Amino acid sequence: MEAFTAIESVLVPLDRANVDTDAIIPKQFLKTISRQGLGQYLFYDWRYLEQGGQLLPNPDFVLNQEPYRNGRILLGRENFGCGSSREHAPWALADYGIRAIVAPSFADIFANNCVQNGILLVSLAEAEIGGLFEKTAAVKGFSVRIDLAEQVLRTADGQLYRFGVDPSVKFKLLHGLDDIQVTLQHQEDIKAYEAGRRFLMPWLFHWHET
Amino acid sequence: MAGQTLYDKLWAQHKVLEEPDGRTLLYIDRHLLHEVTSPQAFSGLRNAGRKVWRTDANIATADHNVPTTDRRAGIADPTSRLQVETLDQNCADFGIEEFGMMDKRQGIVHVIAPEQGLTLPGMTVVCGDSHTATHGALGALAFGIGTTEVEHVLATQCLWARKSKSMRIWVDGELPPGVGAKDLVLAIIGRIGTAGGTGYAIEFAGPAVRNLSVEGRMTLCNMAIEAGARSGMVAVDDRTVEYLRDRPFAPSSALWERAVSVWKELHSDDDAVFDREVHLSGDEIAPQVTWGTSPEMVTAIEGSVPDPGNAPDAVRRQAWENALVYMDLAPGVPITEIAVDRVFIGSCTNARIEDLREAARIVRGRRKADSVRSVLVVPGSGLVKAQAEEEGLDEIFRLAGFEWREPGCSMCLAMNADRLESGERCAATSNRNFEGRQGAGGRTHLVSPAMAAAAAIAGHFVDVRTWK
Ligand code: SF4
Repeated sequence: MEAFTAIESVLVPLDRANVDTDAIIPKQFLKTISRQGLGQYLFYDWRYLEQGGQLLPNPDFVLNQEPYRNGRILLGRENFGCGSSREHAPWALADYGIRAIVAPSFADIFANNCVQNGILLVSLAEAEIGGLFEKTAAVKGFSVRIDLAEQVLRTADGQLYRFGVDPSVKFKLLHGLDDIQVTLQHQEDIKAYEAGRRFLMPWLFHWHET
Repeated sequence: MAGQTLYDKLWAQHKVLEEPDGRTLLYIDRHLLHEVTSPQAFSGLRNAGRKVWRTDANIATADHNVPTTDRRAGIADPTSRLQVETLDQNCADFGIEEFGMMDKRQGIVHVIAPEQGLTLPGMTVVCGDSHTATHGALGALAFGIGTTEVEHVLATQCLWARKSKSMRIWVDGELPPGVGAKDLVLAIIGRIGTAGGTGYAIEFAGPAVRNLSVEGRMTLCNMAIEAGARSGMVAVDDRTVEYLRDRPFAPSSALWERAVSVWKELHSDDDAVFDREVHLSGDEIAPQVTWGTSPEMVTAIEGSVPDPGNAPDAVRRQAWENALVYMDLAPGVPITEIAVDRVFIGSCTNARIEDLREAARIVRGRRKADSVRSVLVVPGSGLVKAQAEEEGLDEIFRLAGFEWREPGCSMCLAMNADRLESGERCAATSNRNFEGRQGAGGRTHLVSPAMAAAAAIAGHFVDVRTWK
């Protein structure tokens, strides 16, 4: 996983509440057995129009407009990423090049999945988010810089927003770590727990024989 | 010291270790797998040369992609076929038991695990699927995970997690006749919103919940995720125990007695304190119908499509406006005047035997409206299908002009061949009405099985409480 340090980008405004995982990546793209290549389908139903059997970019959708096309940071509204547990959503975001999302709140499973894929979620107060939307509307190509180590988001016009982040998430993102390696260092604890459980609640283990 | 909530107890019992910052390594008792969210996890294991920690904790089935028509011909769509075959191969390679597409125990993962007794009270149950919350109905701690976590559970039998806050949703009184668990959960989501449960583990409690069958409780917990909560749960009682008796993978004889005595402790203590309490009166719940593109956009059958001008804030006003455009509905239209093109009775929310009985009760001796293009009835599992056929429910549906299908997720998310055409309007017993969920451009109204069946007969939404 790619380590996350600091990132600077135009802020891509996606002015909708409850952006769900079906919108981020519709189900027809969940049939893949790989993690790669989903970026082209990101926000598929919003991003493309079907015309006479042809697929054309929808000019009204923000990612089809300059200077947002190569944006790395999304600005969203509340409950971003609600819906299914599909990790295809962060895979598509990451494959497209999105490295951070700034919004008032995120759905739980989506948030977990983002961390696993090196995407930083920055939650700010509703009013701060409102302010950022106003700025993106006022200034074309309004950009920000997010520094994870310092936990600050700096806007191009010099404003500074501090954000909270779970220390373990921060550590993982900064180092691009794989959880399984870390967990397997606790093998002996897991085995001990398992032995105890097997003794107390054997029916959870002996299901073939019962 | 205050007593413990059910969630506190389940959490404490599964703690392998806790870091000083509160991150906890939780032991996972049951891991359910399906074809969509597992292939990348297995390839991750292969690439790292890792094994499955405990094969007997895992069970797999193919449900999302499988055809609901005659299966002997196999799966026509090559990408769907590859995904299902990949699951078969992965299960064979890693020694995991699978209910394959031709097995009569196959079905929607959240229907088959309780049905087989693979979900038991006191377990932690996870699956790469957000509706894993369903299993909490049996007094388990159950939640959905992503594919990287699927790989983690396969490799370590554990997950890192932080404890959520706790919420109790207490439902007094009794649900009126014709009103069921689906109406209750939609009404709850209407009340607290789709983000209302974010960061919480929800316990559903109170007389109206106790009064629900275990299958009804599954419907309730199933949609905890639509209320924003990763897990929903109901305390164990006699109904839970009776439900599990003699299930194939439930314990038997002496172990059964031991297990039951442990399960009986799985409830919140009287003096337990929750971070948030929500109270509803069951007597006041009416049949619910969603009118928009989020499950919180819901109203009672006697209501009408709301006016975005009355939305509580600007963000929601915008969302309502977008929803009405997508749904092609005008403010003020009575719900009962909304006509439907198709009806879908199925999904992990409402495809268990009681759901099908409820739908059949409405349909018996009637025919679908001519204006309704098709009505799909998709049982949740092969065993639900067999049971329904034994009771003659399939005949009732067929005589009504409904289609009786093979089990799977089907038109809940339209990954297989079952889907809406653009612009079609559907009364669906599933759980999500997002844009395009049932097919690009399709419009979904979430309802109970009885309400869906009645809409199929009438051609538009009707109040099943007055159905004769
Ligand atoms: S029935 Fe629908 S919600 Fe349930 S597991 Fe299948 S696709 Fe998901």
